[in-house]
Amino acid sequence: MNKVIYSILGPLAAIIIALFIGAIIISLIGKDPVEVYGVLFYGTLGNSYGIGQVLFKATPLIFTGLSVAFAFKAGLFNIGAEGQMIIGGFAAAWTGFTFVTLPWIILIPLTIIAAFVGGALWGFIAGYLKAKYGSHEVINTIMLNFIAAALASYLVNEIYGIPATIHTPEVSGSSFLLRFDAITGLFPGSPFNTSFLAAILCTIIFYFIINRTPFGYQIRTLGLNKNAAEYARMKIKKLVVLSMLISGGIAGIGSINFIFGYKHYYELGFSEGAGYIGIAVALIARNNPFAIIITAFFFGILEYGGLTINTMVPKELVTILQALLIILVITFVRIIDVLKIKFLKSA
Amino acid sequence: MIENIFTYAFLLQTLRISVPYFLPSLGAAYSEKGGVVNIGLEGILLTGAFFTTLGTYYTQNIWIGILCGLTAGFLIALIHGIATITFKADQIVSGIALNLFALGLTKFLCRIIFNSSSNSARIPGLETVNIPLLSSIPILNNIFITFCIILLILSQIIFYRSKFGLRLRAVGENPAAADSLGINVLRIRYAGVLISGLLAGLGGAWLAFDQHSFTDGMSAGRGFIALAAMIVGKWKPMGAAAACLVFGFAESISIQFQGTAIPTQFIQMLPYILTIIILAGFIGKSTPPAADGIPYENTNK
Amino acid sequence: MLAVEMIAITKTFAEKVIANNSISLSVKKGEVHAIVGENGAGKSTLMNILYGMYPPDKGKIQINGNEEIINSPARAIQLKIGMVHQHFMLVPPLTVLENIILGSEPEKNLLLDFKKAKERVSQITSSFKIDVNLETKIENLPVGLQQRVEILKLLYRNAEILILDEPTAVLTPQETNELFNTIDFLKSEGKTIILITHKLNEVKAISDTITVLRHGKVVGVTGTENATIESIARLMVGEDKIYEEKKANIREKKLILEVKNVTVLNENSVEAVKDVSFEINSGEILGIAGVEGNGQHELVEAISSIRKPAKGKITLNNAELKEEHNIAHIPADRHRNGIVMDFSVAENLILGREKENLFKKDITIDESKVKTFAEKLVHEYDIRPVDIDIKIKSLSGGNQQKAVVAREITKNSDLIIASHPTRGLDIKAASFVHNALIKESDKGKAVLLVSSDLAELLKLSDRIAVIYNGQINVIFDADKTNEYELGLYMTGSKVKNE
Repeated sequence: MNKVIYSILGPLAAIIIALFIGAIIISLIGKDPVEVYGVLFYGTLGNSYGIGQVLFKATPLIFTGLSVAFAFKAGLFNIGAEGQMIIGGFAAAWTGFTFVTLPWIILIPLTIIAAFVGGALWGFIAGYLKAKYGSHEVINTIMLNFIAAALASYLVNEIYGIPATIHTPEVSGSSFLLRFDAITGLFPGSPFNTSFLAAILCTIIFYFIINRTPFGYQIRTLGLNKNAAEYARMKIKKLVVLSMLISGGIAGIGSINFIFGYKHYYELGFSEGAGYIGIAVALIARNNPFAIIITAFFFGILEYGGLTINTMVPKELVTILQALLIILVITFVRIIDVLKIKFLKSA
Repeated sequence: MIENIFTYAFLLQTLRISVPYFLPSLGAAYSEKGGVVNIGLEGILLTGAFFTTLGTYYTQNIWIGILCGLTAGFLIALIHGIATITFKADQIVSGIALNLFALGLTKFLCRIIFNSSSNSARIPGLETVNIPLLSSIPILNNIFITFCIILLILSQIIFYRSKFGLRLRAVGENPAAADSLGINVLRIRYAGVLISGLLAGLGGAWLAFDQHSFTDGMSAGRGFIALAAMIVGKWKPMGAAAACLVFGFAESISIQFQGTAIPTQFIQMLPYILTIIILAGFIGKSTPPAADGIPYENTNK
Repeated sequence: MLAVEMIAITKTFAEKVIANNSISLSVKKGEVHAIVGENGAGKSTLMNILYGMYPPDKGKIQINGNEEIINSPARAIQLKIGMVHQHFMLVPPLTVLENIILGSEPEKNLLLDFKKAKERVSQITSSFKIDVNLETKIENLPVGLQQRVEILKLLYRNAEILILDEPTAVLTPQETNELFNTIDFLKSEGKTIILITHKLNEVKAISDTITVLRHGKVVGVTGTENATIESIARLMVGEDKIYEEKKANIREKKLILEVKNVTVLNENSVEAVKDVSFEINSGEILGIAGVEGNGQHELVEAISSIRKPAKGKITLNNAELKEEHNIAHIPADRHRNGIVMDFSVAENLILGREKENLFKKDITIDESKVKTFAEKLVHEYDIRPVDIDIKIKSLSGGNQQKAVVAREITKNSDLIIASHPTRGLDIKAASFVHNALIKESDKGKAVLLVSSDLAELLKLSDRIAVIYNGQINVIFDADKTNEYELGLYMTGSKVKNE
């Protein structure tokens, strides 16, 4: 129990301080922080539409959070979820607008597989370079993000895009992921859709693989002590490649929320930095898959919250808050550890 | 087309492109030689550019503008230092957060101050600067280029001939050893990180003057390329400078090729692909300082 | 006159371990004072406090009669105290000269004054008869010379009180002799030397006074001439009886491991093992003696199928060695290679065995089977505390090693590789490991024992091969050789058996 309290204490304190700094910023530009936060709170959690929007924003963050966490379990730092999502998304969209005659029962799995494969391919490149040449995945995944963005720009602007737009043609109607308001009437008007269920499923599979299988055991060993993994004769290179591949694949699937659940086409820049926010999500959740859902929800509040206050203060306030939050969390982990040791010592 | 490469204009263009790579790249060398990875350079470039613009806009004085850019870079680096050196936070995550912070902050302020989320008002550039002796010499008449050359030579001396350089290298390789000799490891690391902030802030200033304004996201990945150049240059000032020139050269060429059969997007990819190839070790192995990226703690203090 | 007086020093670490419990220590000026005790007795902690690395919780320190607060190494250096740490504090890519002046650099016109530095260091090297090339990078120096550099660092800082933490752990008997000559010379120059060690014959040979520590307390102070090795040992270990297994003689011998003309490359593609051949039979313990870095590491990795040999052939039970061969291997560095600190004891007990059918249920690892297995091992191998769910990092080094030994021995492999299996263990844990190895060999297993502890090798092995510079030129019957002879071959002073 104590352990849980300690692990929540840091993020909680960080949230409070980040909001406090945010309040100072709001005051400095001559607005009333209570009013701005009130609008933000009511707009996101005060009504079912807002909650739907938050969940919609949280869905890709669950995927990217899981993606980063999976690689992290193997001791790899995947900063490339952004690029993996871009490539996976394009592969999925391409499948969606190319095989228009397929029925939904085949096409939807196919698009999801395509999203996984596209992301996995991008993750694989970094994993392979790490395994084969030992080049550091952090730099390589950053580079691959830029390459992915340029590649997507080429594919949309020069080949598949609809002229004068930055998006592709619409995907087949049978590949649409239904919105919850259409199925259940809940969250009316919000684009919250069934890809959220895929995210939950992915979370459970993540937990099962990591904690229950020999493969997961090997991944965790690799992440905690690579040299011990080597002496236990695990196939490290294979593990590195596989974990980056799976990590990339998960990030790739994160694209379906926007493409098949919302806009129904591929649009440049759709990822909106979800890959980077996923790093923060995984970090704050300490790579625990179930905590990732909660953390992603919180970041969803901020993401959508920015839009609700945009008429009063620039929505970038939320970006600043997110950044502050990350810095405070990683700093507080340390402060709390020190306090904990002092506390234990005195007790 | 080839003959276009051997011109004064082309050389100048290459150097001008290399400046905003070189300054943060040299900064990265200071930071990482001391053992602190700083991928927040991208954000520092951006913030440096914004505050340089802001300072210059209000005072119409580029020197005050530069001072603002330097201060902004210094402060962001200071946050990085506090998080990663004092509080031992993960250096990469801190860097990512600072990039996010810079992105949000500059856009936020841009909307509030210039009433636009995409660009600032126009500011004067370096053409107003006239240095008596240098102004008649080609290339060196650009004060930033001259300054970069001086910085490079100075850094080479600092790294390998000065007390600070020796300690910086020791702290990045084996902080425990340095600590056991009475060297204040944390202070030296702070110095490395703060220097990197100043240099990247200066890089941002150059960007602002070069474009005569601030535009949203104008650092455009240069901080990351700078980091890559430092790695390719094997964590050495000279190496970093050479790598920056190579990247600048490649980009210059790509500008020459623009509008030809090769799509621009592929040209944009070039430096990134080049970095990946070089990192894979096809051009000699590049080994980081042994303690690079690892927070130092004397666990029992 | 007392050079150092530490009074009632107490130090507790975060995990509530009392490392020093009201320890008092008096060191006379100009003497060689040995601090002896088992691993974990608190010797290094005490010296780190004296050197300003940790602050004590309680207690006072007097240097040359004056009370001092030593809150940093910088302060210790000012007080002319110097320390050679067990793990050398050197910066490998820097040169010898740079390492020596680091922290006390002479400057001229804002730049390093290498000329002055060199003059001063050369003066010291000649007056103290320590010979080393100042321009070489540390990473290219053998361990013995690195230690010289550490001593030079102290002398460069005019240290009068020199603390040497386990200085002979990494040295051959010959290098140890050289070190002792240096210590004698330093003493004759009036320096005070504090020597931390657990090797009692060395204590007897070099020290003037002995302070014995056990479990963080002083249990005895004596002049060396009044003590015998036995009397110190009794103080050090306490009254615990140590049971020593005797090796049986197996009659039926069959060939288990054959290493034939094997060459192994290291990370830098240099031949670390050159054309090595030997055999081990069932029931036999073959010892490998050598100074660290002479190829034993690579040899072990090749035989345990972690590293592929570049040339030659390794056969196990007459079949060529394959990766699938899951050989029992107790690695030299248990923290680095043997355990995962953040795993529980149970998780560590299946490391490398996670795919065995023993733990399998469909595609998962069956936690209840793991639990049963782990509990059995914890009891059989006396791993304490008896809790398979706590993280292994909270166990003592000895218990961690027992877990590694338990896991590896129960693998049912005909060959057991044990690399420095008792390094850093106290006597009780060490004898536990020795007994376990002897028992397995009595069951007919072949054991390859690599160690730098020659006493251990002589005690356990049937035969001892000496590896020098990647080659094995000589294999002795263990009862027909001694430490000194092994030392000659280990340093390459003798190469072939004449």
